[in-house]
Amino acid sequence: MSEHQLLLEAHAVAKHFGGVKALHDVSLTIRRGEIYGLIGPNGAGKTTFFNCLTGLYRNEGGHFIFDGVRLQADAPHKAAAVGIARTFQNIRLFGNMTALENVMVGRHLRTRAGVLGAIIRNPATRAEEAGIARRAEELLHYVGIHARAHDYAKHLSYGDQRRLEIARALATEPKLLALDEPAAGMNGTETEALRVLVEGICRDGVTVLLIEHDVKLVMGLCGRVAVLDYGEKICEDVPAVVQKDARVVEAYLGGSVA
Amino acid sequence: MNGRARPSSSRQRHWLGFMLLGVVLLAVPFVAAMGGQAWVRIANFAILYVFLALGLNIVVGYAGLLDLGYVAFYAVGAYAYALLASPHFGIHLPFWVILPLGAGLACIFGVLLGAPTLKLRGDYLAIVTLGFGEIVRIFMNNLNAPVNITNGAQGITLIDPIRIGDFSFAQTSSFLGVTLSGPQKYYFLLVALALLVIMVNIRLQDSRIGRAWQAIREDEVAAKACGINTRNIKLLAFAMGASFGGIAGGVFSAMQGFVSPESFSLMESITILAMVVLGGMGHIPGVILGAILLTGLPEALRYGIEPLQRALFGRMIVDPESLRMLVFGLALVLVMRFRPAGLWPSSQRRRELAESAG
Repeated sequence: MSEHQLLLEAHAVAKHFGGVKALHDVSLTIRRGEIYGLIGPNGAGKTTFFNCLTGLYRNEGGHFIFDGVRLQADAPHKAAAVGIARTFQNIRLFGNMTALENVMVGRHLRTRAGVLGAIIRNPATRAEEAGIARRAEELLHYVGIHARAHDYAKHLSYGDQRRLEIARALATEPKLLALDEPAAGMNGTETEALRVLVEGICRDGVTVLLIEHDVKLVMGLCGRVAVLDYGEKICEDVPAVVQKDARVVEAYLGGSVA
Repeated sequence: MNGRARPSSSRQRHWLGFMLLGVVLLAVPFVAAMGGQAWVRIANFAILYVFLALGLNIVVGYAGLLDLGYVAFYAVGAYAYALLASPHFGIHLPFWVILPLGAGLACIFGVLLGAPTLKLRGDYLAIVTLGFGEIVRIFMNNLNAPVNITNGAQGITLIDPIRIGDFSFAQTSSFLGVTLSGPQKYYFLLVALALLVIMVNIRLQDSRIGRAWQAIREDEVAAKACGINTRNIKLLAFAMGASFGGIAGGVFSAMQGFVSPESFSLMESITILAMVVLGGMGHIPGVILGAILLTGLPEALRYGIEPLQRALFGRMIVDPESLRMLVFGLALVLVMRFRPAGLWPSSQRRRELAESAG
């Protein structure tokens, strides 16, 4: 595999909280254009890995190489700037802003207008503002909730809120979209719609990192899967192999699925 | 839906409203003057407080940072003007040099306050800002030794009025047959400044920066994940709010001709914050209403209570000053009890509060 095919390399990433080792030398590689799944039982360290990657936590050991450059993400906005966008396990929208405004906030990173521009509203600022609104509308169309553009985020249905969070993340023009349990709490129909959406996003050139509990969704969607257990990576392969791995079956699937 | 689309008939009504407002604004100094120049001064202070409250609104209302030391920036602006345009140092710079200088200086103080407090929110931030406000006041009070900079508690007197060439804002003069007293001239200057700060508030609210502030207020972690550099954006709110405080301080200095640390007590910070909260945080018309009410009401009480008591009881029973604070406090409590989002809140703030109550 040549170097430029790799989008993300995690090298021996370690993180502990007090005496608890949340991540123990986790290494993995994500290729450009794939949907990569990260699964594991509750408390296995999936979200901790996410938070280290997106700069919310600082990892004590190891490092990330993103797009060929060593990631210096000591702050979340820097991770977003290099092209890592994320959603949250417990949806974090700006509830009292409209769906459209939520996505417009996502454009912050890729736009420039400052205070002076805001006050004098020069043509460049107005053009940029119009561009922000246009792009936000496109993204709402893309995730399929355009009809709710002017509703407040907190009034959207659960499934629509998940979609809105994805639209907001896409607004930052990410190379890697990291989804933290996007199907949690969804029913079968909603999960299926989400699967179609994530596949579409990947087809449009965004690499996807997916944390998920829904094993069926992960196995059907992801090209490769890594399994974490007690902060350690115990397996990384295509779904068919992972499903049959003895350690995975023991740790996560409990022997019942295999 | 949020009803943003505005039919043209309501747009016409808007214009009518603006014209009416214009007429009222023009008439105020002349109507007030009938009751004496003191009332024009009260109107001036009301507008100065509108200016201050809208400056604080950027920090508290938009960015959601509870600042109890706002008066420090007002003090910095006031002292900058006082020191650079009075016989104290024998420096007499023109106002168009000092006002921007004072705004810039206050802006630097805003960043100085903001930088160490960025990680704090809510109560903790309030306590630190409160301390900051007091530190500035105490500095002003004590910077008269070993080198006399601020003249201590006596304050600085004989501050130059705002002057453009031979046209001084302190004297009575007449144009086009209309005679304007000093306070009346300041009134129009203050109205112009207030319109400026209103425009800045409106335009900031509906901008990339305004959305970033709102996002931080709603969910700071999510805002960071969206790529917002929350440190810089918060500092920007502090700096913007502070520079408006600085300008207000400069105008205050020029208008009064005298400043002393006494004018910049904690009570002053609290009053300005009360204007923002009582009127309706983050909602421009609400903040303006709050500022006018909280300046006008105490004055009206001051002048109204004594005659009222004499008429009712034939003598003075309660000292007007203490009764004034009592009524003032009661009014605050009642508003917060029955209109917790403020007298004239934005639809959004009302929702936020409904949410947290429900």
